[in-house]
Amino acid sequence: MRTPTDATPIATPPDTVAPRSLSDLFLTFTILALQGFGGVLAVAQRELVDRRNWLTREQFVEAYSLAQLLPGPNVVNLSLMLGDKFFGWRGAIAALAGMLLAPLLIVLSLAASYNQLAEYPAVAGALRGMGAVAAGLMVAMACKLVMTLRTNPMGPLLCALIGGLSLVLVAVLRLPLHWVIPAVGVAGWCLARLCIARAERAE
Amino acid sequence: MSSAFVMTDLPDLFLRFLALSLLSIGGGMSTAPEMHRYLVSERGWLQDAEFTTAIALAQAAPGPNILFVPVLGYQVAGLAGACATFIGILLPSTLLSLAVSRWGNRRRDTPGVRAFITGLAPLTIGLLFSAGWVLALPFIREPDHRLGGLGLIALTVAVMLKTRLGPIWLILMGGVIGALGWV
Repeated sequence: MRTPTDATPIATPPDTVAPRSLSDLFLTFTILALQGFGGVLAVAQRELVDRRNWLTREQFVEAYSLAQLLPGPNVVNLSLMLGDKFFGWRGAIAALAGMLLAPLLIVLSLAASYNQLAEYPAVAGALRGMGAVAAGLMVAMACKLVMTLRTNPMGPLLCALIGGLSLVLVAVLRLPLHWVIPAVGVAGWCLARLCIARAERAE
Repeated sequence: MSSAFVMTDLPDLFLRFLALSLLSIGGGMSTAPEMHRYLVSERGWLQDAEFTTAIALAQAAPGPNILFVPVLGYQVAGLAGACATFIGILLPSTLLSLAVSRWGNRRRDTPGVRAFITGLAPLTIGLLFSAGWVLALPFIREPDHRLGGLGLIALTVAVMLKTRLGPIWLILMGGVIGALGWV
């Protein structure tokens, strides 16, 4: 087990530095979260990798890949993992609090004043417009991520089948996720194991 | 406002979000269809438009998009609801993520872990498309807002795919276009 009190418990490449303290960690994550309108990931990359040098690009990609796979919001998982890497569980809490606390206060005050503001048709209209953009951002992100399936060892046909099946089950048939994810997930995992094994035999 | 909610429903709200937490693979947004099913269709605590508003508010405000979850809770039951849904959605996934990242760092190249990465990717993407569909529903269902709404959605997708413009500009644009009454 690593000790949570040491500043750099994990071997850090010479070109990176560790955060100075828990409050440094907290403040950095607060600053990056407050810049993240419509997505924190790009800001996180710039602050943590380009500006603070806490990780290399490769380490960032690796951490994000894992964060993406686990349940929970990706950037929240990412902040947990990085906090944990530098300061153990106390670092995880500091990074998590930095990522969530200030934005939570802002969004709740917006929600609280929205009920009064909603009486103005322009405000309701603005929110409706932003809602349409939010729908578009989601669809666009999904479209972009489809491209990452190109290198998937299962091949395009199986991927389309699994993705299309989950879309139909959730969006069209409105089946609860706690049925869809285990069922489709286990099927996907088994298929992936078969495909990976076959590809390795072919090599 | 729908307020069939009573404070004795709070544990049920908390437990539902607690259970959803471990299903939120691909980010909190992938569970939006399930939250919609529970809060709007099953319980009737929120309406379609309120649900989409929560997501729009979270998108408009800085920070992770998962903040739409405490806003949903706030709309249902005030600050108590915000705490119940937010703690619920974060607690299990947070503990699991910490445990798995420590464990996975030690055994990254095993076939089981690689099959997990490979097999879950298309499922995750299917769920993200489903979330987009649910967000677009208020515009598809209401003839008054259909043309402008779908037009704005299509414009957003096109700009996101073809340019490197930051999402904040699109959200601002959506707000202005909406305030002018075009959506």
